[in-house]
Amino acid sequence: METTKKHFLSDIGVMLGRSMRHITRSMDTIITVCITPIAMMLLFVYVLGGAIQAGTDNYVNYLLPGILLMAIASGIAYTAFRLFMDMQSGIFERFHSMPIARSAVLWGHVLTSLVSNAISVIVIILVALIMGFRSSAGIVSWLAVAGILALVTLALTWIAVIPGLTAKSIDGASAFSYPLIFLPFISSAFVPTDSMPTVVRAFAENQPVTSIVDAIRALLSNQPVGSEIWIALAWCLGILIVAYLLAMLVYKRKAL
Amino acid sequence: MEKAIEVKDLRKSFKSAAVLKGVDFEVKRGEIFALLGSNGAGKTTIVKILATLLKPDGGTATVNGFDVAAHSENVRQSISLTGQFAAVDEILTGRENLIMIAKLRHLKNPRQVAADLLKRFGLVDAADRRASTYSGGMRRRLDIAMSLIGKPQLIFLDEPTTGLDPEARIEVWNVVKELANSGTTVFLTTQYLEEAEQLADQIAILHEGRIIVSGTLEELKKLFPPAKVEYVEKQPSLEELFLALIGKKEEK
Ligand SMILES: Nc1ncnc2c1ncn2[C@@H]1O[C@H](COP(=O)(O)OP(=O)(O)O)[C@@H](O)[C@H]1O
Ligand SMILES: [Mg+2]
Repeated sequence: METTKKHFLSDIGVMLGRSMRHITRSMDTIITVCITPIAMMLLFVYVLGGAIQAGTDNYVNYLLPGILLMAIASGIAYTAFRLFMDMQSGIFERFHSMPIARSAVLWGHVLTSLVSNAISVIVIILVALIMGFRSSAGIVSWLAVAGILALVTLALTWIAVIPGLTAKSIDGASAFSYPLIFLPFISSAFVPTDSMPTVVRAFAENQPVTSIVDAIRALLSNQPVGSEIWIALAWCLGILIVAYLLAMLVYKRKAL
Repeated sequence: MEKAIEVKDLRKSFKSAAVLKGVDFEVKRGEIFALLGSNGAGKTTIVKILATLLKPDGGTATVNGFDVAAHSENVRQSISLTGQFAAVDEILTGRENLIMIAKLRHLKNPRQVAADLLKRFGLVDAADRRASTYSGGMRRRLDIAMSLIGKPQLIFLDEPTTGLDPEARIEVWNVVKELANSGTTVFLTTQYLEEAEQLADQIAILHEGRIIVSGTLEELKKLFPPAKVEYVEKQPSLEELFLALIGKKEEK
């Protein structure tokens, strides 16, 4: 109907404002999201770093892209959590019985996920700077990095929407993120893939984390970006489209 | 058109369990209609279907002349739902909850709307506290206040007083009466026979998937054997009526 379409953007704005308040009033969720990746970074740089042959003199630079992906993967668990809580509390049903575009409710959560993950990413980059991370990248490269990270967040967020809508318990709503958080370990995020046994290496080199990490690393260190950025983008878009379609299917079924 | 709700042969099953097996009733504009039934009778299922949250398996349901399945957006324009469990945002304050709904209803002055409702519902002192700190009664009041925003023609209240203490229950009753006085149609579900007796113009009893009896309180009382003369004459309470009706059904 006309009125619901006309107000779509302002409705999303209200939804975004609402869940942003949830985030600012529970900053502990942002800290929780940041702590594990930061601990990983400390561990790898100061404990294991000496023994790792990454072919670089600044291991923080090498590590950072993978750490950021880990942070995003754990951040979206909270998107699933917030969605699950809305389903439980009945506030979803209130919104859905109001004359507003139903997808605005979901988009509010998706945008919130983007913003909260952006905050975590910035916090971690600041910590990395203290630990010695340096980048010679220009503004265009940084924008490209931001774009890739946003795309990754969107793709993973739409994956998170599925358990958020369907889970029967809080644990169920966030359990899906564990494999995503650990995916960077079997990739080029921490060590170059050439050091891995053949089978592991074959997996590592052909999974999305490696191409995404390699692309971001190249952009940040001002290296020429090869085909990996296109492979990375293809992965992100592919996952995004499939997850979006699945999530919408689940949502439509749930929401009538 | 004077019918707010018209339900014909409504059916709904979850998996293989049939919850609604052909429900019929009508609600007129401006009246308080109470749907009475014990726990698990299917009251919430009916409310969800009428509020366009759940698809019926069979039969028809229209709200203000619009079919709930085919024209759900038109239905949502004129209704407001207060679900069985208070649907407030616990992390937001009472005031923020009200402002949020006022904005979603695209009202001109959301802050003013919120301030007025806080006053009307006795929540001024708690206005800027998070809803998670509210008592059950306060939460329910906030919940109902959120449903009134935008002056919907038809309000669903699904067990609005379940779990409230007697004082809070009477407060909610007063709100419902006030609403009806202002011309709003109220569709109420309850397990409390006394509540239906207190509030409703029309009562329908849902039992085993069907409306077993409906009418005004007076009409329902006529179905019951006349009051016995003992020391004092005692009108049968709705509770006795309810038990007698269910008993008769089960004897068959
Ligand atoms: N989503 C659902 N899936 C399966 N069974 C359900 C679902 N919702 C309700 N039921 C069942 O339908 C019956 C009626 O439920 P409900 O409408 O909530 O009853 P009431 O509100 O009168 O207590 C109950 O037996 C309940 O277990
Ligand atoms: Mg119920």
